[in-house]
Amino acid sequence: MAVTAGSKVLNNVEAVRETLYEAMKNDDRTIILGEDVGARGNVFLITKDFINEFGPQRVIDTPIAEASIVGIAIGMAMEGLRPIAEIQFADFIYPAFNQIVGEAAKTRYRSNGEYTCPLVVRTPYGGGVRGALSHSVSIEALFYHVPGLKIVAPAFPADIKGLLNAAIDDPDPVLFLEHKKTYRLIKGEVPEGHYTIPLGKANVLKEGAQLTVVSYGLYVHWALEAANALANEGTSVEVIDLRSIRPMDRTTILNSVEKTRKLLIIHEDNKFGGIGAEISAMVAEEALFHLDAPIRRLCAPDVPAMGYAEPLEHEYMSSPAKMADAMRELVRF
Amino acid sequence: MATTITMPQLGETVTEGTVAQWLKKVGDTVEKYEPFLEVSTDKVNAEVPAPVTGVIKEVLVKEGDTVPIGTAIAVIEEQGSDAAAAAPQPAAVSAPATNGHARTENVVAAPPNTAGVEEALRMASPAVRKLAREHHIDIRTLRGSGANGRVTAQDVLTAAAMGPAAAVGQAIATGTNFGATPPPAFAAPSAPPASGTSTYGEPIPGTVIPLNQARRIIAERMVESKHTAPHAWSMVSIDVTNVWKWRAKEKDRFERETGYKLTLLPFFMRAVVESIAAFPLMNAKWTAEGIYVNKDVNLGIAIGLPTTLIVPVVKNADKLSIKGLAIAAGELIDKARRGKLGADDLAGGTFTVNNNGANGSWASAPIINAGQAGIVTMETVEKKLLVRDDDSFAPRFVMNSCLSLDHRVVDGYVASGFLADLKKRLEKMGADGTL
Repeated sequence: MAVTAGSKVLNNVEAVRETLYEAMKNDDRTIILGEDVGARGNVFLITKDFINEFGPQRVIDTPIAEASIVGIAIGMAMEGLRPIAEIQFADFIYPAFNQIVGEAAKTRYRSNGEYTCPLVVRTPYGGGVRGALSHSVSIEALFYHVPGLKIVAPAFPADIKGLLNAAIDDPDPVLFLEHKKTYRLIKGEVPEGHYTIPLGKANVLKEGAQLTVVSYGLYVHWALEAANALANEGTSVEVIDLRSIRPMDRTTILNSVEKTRKLLIIHEDNKFGGIGAEISAMVAEEALFHLDAPIRRLCAPDVPAMGYAEPLEHEYMSSPAKMADAMRELVRF
Repeated sequence: MATTITMPQLGETVTEGTVAQWLKKVGDTVEKYEPFLEVSTDKVNAEVPAPVTGVIKEVLVKEGDTVPIGTAIAVIEEQGSDAAAAAPQPAAVSAPATNGHARTENVVAAPPNTAGVEEALRMASPAVRKLAREHHIDIRTLRGSGANGRVTAQDVLTAAAMGPAAAVGQAIATGTNFGATPPPAFAAPSAPPASGTSTYGEPIPGTVIPLNQARRIIAERMVESKHTAPHAWSMVSIDVTNVWKWRAKEKDRFERETGYKLTLLPFFMRAVVESIAAFPLMNAKWTAEGIYVNKDVNLGIAIGLPTTLIVPVVKNADKLSIKGLAIAAGELIDKARRGKLGADDLAGGTFTVNNNGANGSWASAPIINAGQAGIVTMETVEKKLLVRDDDSFAPRFVMNSCLSLDHRVVDGYVASGFLADLKKRLEKMGADGTL
């Protein structure tokens, strides 16, 4: 891969590591706290050796107590620090739900703007790694209903760096979701130095004329693969990487749907009440008379969890082939 | 048990109805409340729901025939009764051979879209409907390229690109709301020959657009009015700057509070009813016995829809404020666009207002609604330099208003007095008024 000057090739986990490292280096107010983030250097080695360089005051190993991790981080944030709290796996975030939804998201409102909560909660999510019931979950739909909370789920290393920087700079709480299957699978050029990508801005990865596909996370890569396969069949599919789940980039989605007149939403999370439900409601409200086909959602089945057994995991997860089939069907409609 | 269906009364003053289209034929099953025929009167068209669930046993009135209210038009054999259990099969067999013999083949082997006009409409997506409306194309005449012969948005755009003449022809033939028999499938105009120039040889035959009920009625009314009422015509130019500014000031709040847009129409209507009060002869009609002067002031509003013209009536318009007129007119226009006007919405007009300026018309000579003394138009509002009495000049919003009058009922003296009065009232309206 030819590397552009001023860039280097990183995988997703390295992009997270580099961004966190620069944030620690550039701003003494930055604190990292979570389970195993210190001595162990995070289970994916994202913060390896951070504790040696920045000390245990800024890289804090916490007990296995997610409510405390977020609760303490909220206090730090309200008093002027820039905490980055880590939930080791998104599956463990539930004890912190009250802190995130009940406290962090409402701080600015409750204090009439006197306090803000510049907090980032990072967490690896998603399946396809034989992670079974407690290491595979997608949690975005549980949180995206909440005003006051921003949610980001980037898919590419350069987006991870730009959006994580934006999340750290943001004066309000941001839930930062990292798809764990993409950690070492996805590589890409990342510009050096500090830069941000605005929260709430989607990215049109591939322009097309016959169908709009909206996705995020791991599935963006598969959707792109499927769309490229369809291009070889002479079918033109537009692929949008949502990047930010909330705020949602309504303009980019609506512009695309008004052009292609058909919409397929693909996500790994299950269908009922998922991100796709909001997108389709929005499009139905704003662009009904541009639609030439029913909006389709390709999502996980409504079952309580991703199974461990390989056939169960396969059944739960989508694939480039399944996505290509759904795209073909909708283009044909 | 057999239930006899009679011609329903669609509106208080209606005495007869025409069977526009049978939506079901003998042998078909109908659900209770399912529309099974379309009836048109001189005022309105409506789908008639079945009063019971059952099988159509007999159809007593042909499409296009007009019968008095209460005449038996069909018999439905109610489901569940002994007779009904046996009825469907024989009925189906006795149905016309065109429907009966090839039913299975139709389903399997029919080319796209011959499966049925209704199917084409049912499967028409919002985008297809919108594009078809914009390009005046009848979806039912297109050959769909989508799954199962569905007409796609691209199909509509392709048809539109083939030429406005075909598109307009298709539009006129549509008459969607009026139960028209669908026109024979339009052969898509073939592409010009790849080689060579066009030659003037054999004339190319044109196409006949079958008349639907609405088109027939419009034609009859126009001829009747133009042939019986001697039309005279006059026009004034009105400075509407003040009322225009007043409207601009109020319109956002008005729309927020009422849900209806505030246009110039209700201001104009208000001025018209006030001028009618001053010139009651404008609210009259010619009869053999004498000139009949109406006491009620019921203002018709001419609304042009893509394929038809319809004139709903604001009753007792002289009793309504500008706000009341805006809401009443807004409701009627909304109903008209959705094809939901009932017979009573269309009855009883005594004078008509035609907002003709939306597309930039500067003057027009409207045809009087038969049975009235006049019709007055609002033409386009333009910014112009006006020279005032003291020779100063200023940019002002100016609108022409044209009046056609039945010269049997009123003469130029009354008509020009009415127009001058209307002009004076509109120019006096201003932002200090109450809506």
